[in-house]
Amino acid sequence: MTATVAAGAVPRLSVQGLAKTYDTKKGAVPVIADLTFDVYAAEIVCIVGPSGIGKTTLLKCLTGLQSITSGSARIDGKQIDGPPEEMALVFQEYTRSLMPWLTVEKNVRLPLKHLRLPAAEREDRIRAALAAVGLSGAESKYPWQLSGGMQQRVAIARAIAYRPEVLIMDEPFASVDAQTRFELEDLCLKIRDEFGMTIVVVTHDIDEAVYLSDRVVVLGERPARVTEIIDVGFGRVRDQIATRATQEFAELRTAVFELIRRAG
Amino acid sequence: MTVTSTVLIRTREARRQQRSGLPKWVLIGAEILVPILLLAAWWLASANSTNTFFPPLQTILERLVSLAATPAFWGDLGSSVGNLLISFVLACVIGVGLGIALGMSRWLSWLVEPTIHFFRAIPPVALVPIFVSLIGFGNETRILAITLSAVFPVLISTIDGIHAADPDRRAVGRIYRLGGWDRIFSVALPEASPRILSGMQVSLITAFVVMIASEMLGSSIGLGARTLLAQQSFMIADMWVGILVLGIIGYVATALLATFRRRVLRWYIAIRQQEKNL
Repeated sequence: MTATVAAGAVPRLSVQGLAKTYDTKKGAVPVIADLTFDVYAAEIVCIVGPSGIGKTTLLKCLTGLQSITSGSARIDGKQIDGPPEEMALVFQEYTRSLMPWLTVEKNVRLPLKHLRLPAAEREDRIRAALAAVGLSGAESKYPWQLSGGMQQRVAIARAIAYRPEVLIMDEPFASVDAQTRFELEDLCLKIRDEFGMTIVVVTHDIDEAVYLSDRVVVLGERPARVTEIIDVGFGRVRDQIATRATQEFAELRTAVFELIRRAG
Repeated sequence: MTVTSTVLIRTREARRQQRSGLPKWVLIGAEILVPILLLAAWWLASANSTNTFFPPLQTILERLVSLAATPAFWGDLGSSVGNLLISFVLACVIGVGLGIALGMSRWLSWLVEPTIHFFRAIPPVALVPIFVSLIGFGNETRILAITLSAVFPVLISTIDGIHAADPDRRAVGRIYRLGGWDRIFSVALPEASPRILSGMQVSLITAFVVMIASEMLGSSIGLGARTLLAQQSFMIADMWVGILVLGIIGYVATALLATFRRRVLRWYIAIRQQEKNL
């Protein structure tokens, strides 16, 4: 069940027996029963599961937007009880997460304003983040002047410039076309390497999960539990055509698919 | 990494054409021509009028020119426009400021909002006599009455706008741990601004009506007072001049606010336009 990791390594993000129950007028509604998984530094971990399994709820718990009913979620050993400063989130709906009244550059700058960085470093981070996502030269454009894929790049640049240790992405490529989706997946791998970021992606796309991940956490049952954690051994360098054409990819994809179908 | 696509931004000209099917110059021409035609129609219809209450437009315009030469006319005009401007700006500042406070704080809005809705239900003009009897006929009374009545539309639309903020965008503010200043001035306020501007447009009209009403009730200064006095003393052409000038002030004020709105809400108007073009 548990993945093989270097002995003694401290997980960057550690989820232990996490449960979440909503109190409604009709009584308690358990959404997450028991989740346990670890994410280590510079790993990409995808969380997949059938729709309605509570992925969004898990995400809100991990980012500290919602409280946990029992169990724990820790970042670098610290209990998460509010949005931690080591964390950033990329939303599915870029149109609703970017500020359309701010230019691309100002959107990226917004979260840096309160960090009290030296001016040179702040400008450096903004430049590096925009360059990393391929948006150099679009600084003075507004988000609504860009295509969907480019808007999501702005949201990713904003997260990169913030330099979080853990970057959480909620169905980040669900609202862009297939071609852009592949580009953004590779961008995701690139920023992990370039910035040493730990990335957790919540997705319903099995192929995407297998392609991106070092490990895939499969959720199932209602309320949600971890059905299985699958190691993906493609190494750091991946290729949209070559990797997806391998026998191993097909097998992993089938394995995850079967787990989800059984769970759904 | 290659950038694959950019949404083509249509030119303003193309958009305007698509909207109406008419070229831009026809629309602008119509915007100018229609008022001119109406004035011409008024001129012709009133040219031989012997009705005391409906004097020829020519007489009215001549009267306007001669009145414009008197300092009293400019004093009245200045008083009216000044009161309108001061009160409207005050109403906007108070309305937006208070609206942000009430919109951001649940318990504060829970505490104060019923009271606000009670006072909003009173027709603004009905407040004027109360103020006159409470603090007299001074200019402060007028400013107070205009401000108080104009504050509600902008206040309520600000509260609504803040409440209607997108949950995702609010979450962005929390995730990135934005400070209070940025949460208000970079996120909440801009997001609420389309509604706030609509509220301001209603506030301006309210301010304008109460400005005239406040001058007509127990005042001797201002265009409203001058117009009423002219009517009461059968100086009918003077009365028409007053109405005409008030109309122009109202038109100019509305147009200025519309220009301001277009400037502030450039992003909003552009997004709406894109949605329509899709």
